[in-house]
Amino acid sequence: MRLNESIVISAPPKLVWDYLAEPSNYLHFMSGVTRWEVAGEQRSGLGARYRMLIHVGSADVGGLIEIVEWKQERDMAWSSVTGVDQRGRWRLRELPDGRTRVELRFAYGVAGSGIPGWIAELFAAPQLGGHLRRSLQQLKRQVEHEQLRAEAAARQRERAAAP
Amino acid sequence: MADEQTISERAKQNGGGAGDGLRGRLGSLGDIGGVGGGLAKATGEFARAGSRLADALADAGREAVGGAAARVADEARDRLTADLDDRDPDHLREQLPLLWLLSSFWFRGEVRNLGNIPEEGPVLLVGNHSGGNLTPDTFIFTLAFSTYFGVERSFHQLAHNLVMASPYARLLRSGGTVAASPANSRRALESGAALLVYPGGDWEVHRPTWERNRVDFAGRKGFIRLALDAGVPIVPVVSVGGQETALFLSRGAWLSQLLRLDRLLRLKVLPISIAAPWGVNVGDFLGHIPLPAKITIEVLEPIDVREQFGDSPDLNEVYDHITRVMQETLDSLAAERRFPVIG
Repeated sequence: MRLNESIVISAPPKLVWDYLAEPSNYLHFMSGVTRWEVAGEQRSGLGARYRMLIHVGSADVGGLIEIVEWKQERDMAWSSVTGVDQRGRWRLRELPDGRTRVELRFAYGVAGSGIPGWIAELFAAPQLGGHLRRSLQQLKRQVEHEQLRAEAAARQRERAAAP
Repeated sequence: MADEQTISERAKQNGGGAGDGLRGRLGSLGDIGGVGGGLAKATGEFARAGSRLADALADAGREAVGGAAARVADEARDRLTADLDDRDPDHLREQLPLLWLLSSFWFRGEVRNLGNIPEEGPVLLVGNHSGGNLTPDTFIFTLAFSTYFGVERSFHQLAHNLVMASPYARLLRSGGTVAASPANSRRALESGAALLVYPGGDWEVHRPTWERNRVDFAGRKGFIRLALDAGVPIVPVVSVGGQETALFLSRGAWLSQLLRLDRLLRLKVLPISIAAPWGVNVGDFLGHIPLPAKITIEVLEPIDVREQFGDSPDLNEVYDHITRVMQETLDSLAAERRFPVIG
């Protein structure tokens, strides 16, 4: 099952990317996520691993995931190492007006689980889709708040520097 | 393993010996006392019937047929037992979607505070048990444990040999259910696995519905001794809702005595309930369709018995402490429920 949600954030891609690249932010903005921990020495970047869980139905599902694609300020993709099969992708694209279109793709399933697996994927989709939508909305709020703070700080610096 | 090899050798040497070995194997279930757990414990009557079967095989082997009976007994032993290595993480993983569907949409399962279970190492999970012969709390917890920690972490539940020979035995085995025996309990913990036991067993699982919010281990303290011997923490697991999956009327101990089943088949309980699709359901031998009662499970903080009660702890004191904290939690979970079944 593949889910796809997107949102436009009034901030440049760099700001969105910086926020997404920091693993400690995920518990703040990802809806339904109950665990997001760095696994291993590498904190971010290609090859970084995280132990993550998201609450769906009666269980916290997830497992160990690894960053498999890392294109600065454009694409970040992950794939599961253990646990439920999953692939995900953050896709950032700058709009002509300087804002950023953020797309979150998420594919999941359990290989070999047959018809029950297919039914479970269908039944989980509405809840997971809701999690993804809310996550993007929270990401937008957080990043735009960061943008406002950055702009205010810049104005303050300008005023302080003015004779 | 050593025990099983010994039994196997005895079985091959002579028919009577094989039967005796099988009887010993099945009979050892009684030794575990309070440690028995999982669905198996809920089916105590099957368990005791299993001992009778083993007796019969032993007698048959002894009386005449020599080698043939030995082979039959050996085969029966293989079918009726399960060991730690039967756990199949890949198969379990493939079953998780089905368990998730049942848990999420039929029982609206909710498992809280799984983070109280130590991330690594052996641990003895001690639960209260509900739901008659079909115990939803076991598989809801198995699902939650397996998705939270991953199927890669060893997790075993104790079950009776006859349950292991049932049609759904493959699923149970792949999920980590092993034959209830002191040896298997010890092996599971020595291997570093998490082990789930239900000390109340068949006594607790068949309690009347109006006692549904009561922890009743029937004074069984074997699990404390097991934790002390293995040097592992005890993590209490409290569940509510399972005893609302049917209307349980009586354990039926009196009926078992009246019909002399306690002597003939060693059935100390003959539970009576009103359950789908049977209506009046005596014995619950064929199971039943559980009502879609909401099941809530809460994992409590680990208890290091030696750290909390000293190097030579009083088992009664430890037992009282564990059952008290579990009862308090169960009272709290029960207070959250507004309606029976619906939750």
